[in-house]
Amino acid sequence: MMDLSAINPLLFIAGFFVAATPLIFAAIGELVVERTGVLNLGVEGMMIMGAICGFATAVETGSPLLGFAAAALGGAALSLLFAFLTQVMLANQVASGLALTLFGLGFSALLGQSYVGIKPPRLGDIDFGPLADIPVVGPILLSHDIIVYLGIALVVAVWATLKFTRAGLVLRAVGENHDAAHALGFKVKRIRTLAIMFGGACAGVGGAYISLIRVPQWTEGMTAGVGWIALALVVFASWRPFRVLLGAYLFGGLVQLQLNLQGVGVAIPVEYLAMSPYVITIVVLVVLSRDSNRAPGSLGRIFHASH
Amino acid sequence: MITLVKRPEPSRAFSLAAPLLAVLATMVFGGLLFAALGKDPVLAIRTIFWEPLFGEFAFFYRPQLLIKGAPLVLIAIGLSLGFKAGIWNIGAEGQYIMGALFGAGAGLAFYPADSVLIFPLMVLAGALGGWIWAMIPAVLKVKFGTNEILVSLMLVYVAEQFLASMSLGLLKNPEGFGFPGSRNLQQYASAHNAELITGTGMHWGVVAAFVAVIFAYVLLARHRLGFAIRVTGEAPRAAKFSGVDPARLVLFCLGTSGLLAGLAGMFEVAGPSGQVTIDFNVGYGFTAIIVAFLGRLHPVGILLAGGLMALTYIGGDIAQSKLGLPAAAIQVFQGMLLFFLLAFDLFTNYRLRPGRAEVV
Repeated sequence: MMDLSAINPLLFIAGFFVAATPLIFAAIGELVVERTGVLNLGVEGMMIMGAICGFATAVETGSPLLGFAAAALGGAALSLLFAFLTQVMLANQVASGLALTLFGLGFSALLGQSYVGIKPPRLGDIDFGPLADIPVVGPILLSHDIIVYLGIALVVAVWATLKFTRAGLVLRAVGENHDAAHALGFKVKRIRTLAIMFGGACAGVGGAYISLIRVPQWTEGMTAGVGWIALALVVFASWRPFRVLLGAYLFGGLVQLQLNLQGVGVAIPVEYLAMSPYVITIVVLVVLSRDSNRAPGSLGRIFHASH
Repeated sequence: MITLVKRPEPSRAFSLAAPLLAVLATMVFGGLLFAALGKDPVLAIRTIFWEPLFGEFAFFYRPQLLIKGAPLVLIAIGLSLGFKAGIWNIGAEGQYIMGALFGAGAGLAFYPADSVLIFPLMVLAGALGGWIWAMIPAVLKVKFGTNEILVSLMLVYVAEQFLASMSLGLLKNPEGFGFPGSRNLQQYASAHNAELITGTGMHWGVVAAFVAVIFAYVLLARHRLGFAIRVTGEAPRAAKFSGVDPARLVLFCLGTSGLLAGLAGMFEVAGPSGQVTIDFNVGYGFTAIIVAFLGRLHPVGILLAGGLMALTYIGGDIAQSKLGLPAAAIQVFQGMLLFFLLAFDLFTNYRLRPGRAEVV
């Protein structure tokens, strides 16, 4: 029996933020990586590594925040493997990214064996005092944990760095034309390696948000394609930070809607609702693929300074 | 200081040696991993690589080699065609599921009729299912320039949901006492992909895998389309000038890999697995990516790599039951293999030269 009135609109909209946060972290990290001209398809693998590293650390120490720090470290550590393969060993980026995902899924399952069925410590929401009592705005915007706000701040920081700072300019130069950047004396490989590690750390935090807050539990392969959706989101955003934010909220909203519809027993079978996020991602990719010529000029190409 | 110098020609010797080195390195580092898990590394490696072939129960495990290897080879052959040309189908897992659903659906539609035509029809349906699923990213790429990597991968999750829906709904066994899952095709003679020679593991899927290897070999070595695939991968601009139609190539490569993955799924569901169930797919579509690379995207190489990977599956199972090695450890082991392969591949195209980097 369908009963839409069972959905609380305020909780529903507030849920957008929770659903969108893992995507925001993973996608903004990958955006920076791709702006330096590197395509890392290992986002899913780095997320799941972050998910287990964060979960295990939070359970062992009792501190969710330490968990998120460990998740960032775990994601960055795994991304170093990708950096080594693509920057030092000059391996194909698509293949290396896939390898990272396959390896990450296996390795996380191995690490997580003794953590199945445990509840992690809870990360409380930030206390905004009386502000949180403002009708509508309070429950929707001011009722979240610190990671949600950190995600938004990160997007703003990435946008500002890319647009206004010298580091951002160098980063973009490396991504648009690595030969020219090299000729100007920039350390292409070093810059790319740093970007890859940043991407890994972000993906790790995104993954930990799933295991520590959104679900909150550890199960094998629990990221369930969010890393891949984050990759699609970067294309959707035409490599621009604020469109990542917009896309993540749209997407988070759809996921939230789908979950709520499952909850109230709408007349569509659960399986078809569950496949909807993936179908929608494909539709969005099709609609926006005309825009894909905005991709950084050197994206996915191997750089080797032969002279 | 050691510098990398590009070889004028890729080294043939290293191209052949890289997979072997990768296997050796994986054994060493895999052994270290197993040791870290508190298992005897030498015993674990021996159990994985030796036991299935020459151990006490080898007569039981050897047929498994064909059963596990066939879908891997079948899928990897298809993937390798696209990978060679820079067309990335990474959604073979989804095409495998759809092939199984179409194949099983076609068979079960005639239950309990008895006819020699049912099995061939299922083969066609399975191929069609996989082909259709792969044509979605292919057509979207050709028409709209949509990224085939992301679309084919997204469709894996969609296919998994279809699989769940079918095994709980349309294809559910009406006499299954409410349990999810379809009728067992092994008990339906007209639809059963039975062993061709008892006790060998040889079934039609294995035959199909060998045929696919030969087909791919001839295609790449002799046919114009094979030439188009090779030249597109090695020199895209040259391909343009030699009149290769990129759209046709995308449709062909993705379509063929989907078709072969669909066949693999169909042979599996009608044979070794027997049933459409929620957990029917076990990751062959993803492992096949490793197989394709480990086999150097060469048909004969893929045949060997498929055998090796099947060995790690079977040996992994034995190590799991005998030594208590976690299943995930084998997954890590397989992932490592791809890492090492990609790393060692450097020396196919580059050589090391001691001395200072030249400053220009």
